[in-house]
Amino acid sequence: MKCTRCKAKAEVNLRAHNSAFCRPCFQFFFTRQVERAIAGEKMFGPGDRLLVAVSGGKDSLALWDVLVGLGYQTTGLYLGLGIGTYSDRSREKVEAFAAARSLPLTVVALAEEGNGLAVPDISALTRRMPCSACGTMKRHYFDKAAIDGGFDVLATGHNLDDEAARLMGNVLRWQQDHLARQRPVLPAHGGFVRKVKPLYLVSEYESAVYAFMRGIDYVVEECPNAEGATQLVYKDAMNRLEAASPGTKMAFVREFLKRAQPAFDAAERTEPAVCERCGLPAFGTVCSFCRLVGEVEAKRERRAAAQA
Amino acid sequence: MQIHLHPQKRTVEIQGRRQVGRLLSELGVLPGTAMVIRGDLLLTDNEMVEDGDEIEVRAVISGGAA
Repeated sequence: MKCTRCKAKAEVNLRAHNSAFCRPCFQFFFTRQVERAIAGEKMFGPGDRLLVAVSGGKDSLALWDVLVGLGYQTTGLYLGLGIGTYSDRSREKVEAFAAARSLPLTVVALAEEGNGLAVPDISALTRRMPCSACGTMKRHYFDKAAIDGGFDVLATGHNLDDEAARLMGNVLRWQQDHLARQRPVLPAHGGFVRKVKPLYLVSEYESAVYAFMRGIDYVVEECPNAEGATQLVYKDAMNRLEAASPGTKMAFVREFLKRAQPAFDAAERTEPAVCERCGLPAFGTVCSFCRLVGEVEAKRERRAAAQA
Repeated sequence: MQIHLHPQKRTVEIQGRRQVGRLLSELGVLPGTAMVIRGDLLLTDNEMVEDGDEIEVRAVISGGAA
């Protein structure tokens, strides 16, 4: 198989793009995809200060690498979720990546923050799935770090597969409020910093290939809590559809954003208030993070009372 | 040839020359869900692998978080 651009021997074949690439041409193609997403959605400009959420996985580290290569002002943000040795290894990968490139990195360990709640504590004390609790914690600390640090933009490594799986889940349950917020850019509003997903048009495979070709040492193993997660079921379903009809994921996400998302957005538009407990923006009197913390604290108090 | 599956951390031994696409199909791996690595090179679906090769099949799927 030959490279579509230069006719050298190809190392990667992208069926959705009906293209094959050698190593240098793939890196060029990948970077162009990200640049086009940034420009097409007006995500940010050269003067903006970006906070890049990095987990130690291929997507977020590939994103950070591309943004640095494109000359943007970036700072990494790593959240220590307290998921045993998995979190330890993730942190090591992120710190090594940042140190090797002399990039600024902020580390926030949940177990050392205000109420000392790491993800396993929450899922053990509540009936919530670990991924749900993790998502709530991440959103809160991402927002907080971006606001506290005075950043203009918060960038995450969500890729096309993440977006397609999320869209499938939202459509299957017709979650109108979630569909209204499923966009590659959430503008700054009501105190929130602008949130962007520059990888929303590149597949998981493409970001893994980019990370491999760039020699990025990322965490290959899956989060131990992700086993059985609904998002992985949706990803598997989407991968079967993609195998039968290459380009399905891209069309699903792109056409949703073009044809359907604006209608959901117009119907559901609400401005956030201020959380009466933590002071961060909230859709309601108390934000979802503080509701979760309240649930955990109430459970702890009931347990302590029962033991007394 | 030896096939190292990641992140499962499992190794399987397979005999006989075949295309990467067929190998993935035999392993039950969907196209576009894993990188196939020999040495420090990625292999496309039409590349041949054969006895004596050491191959890594590295899954690319991640997620779970909302």
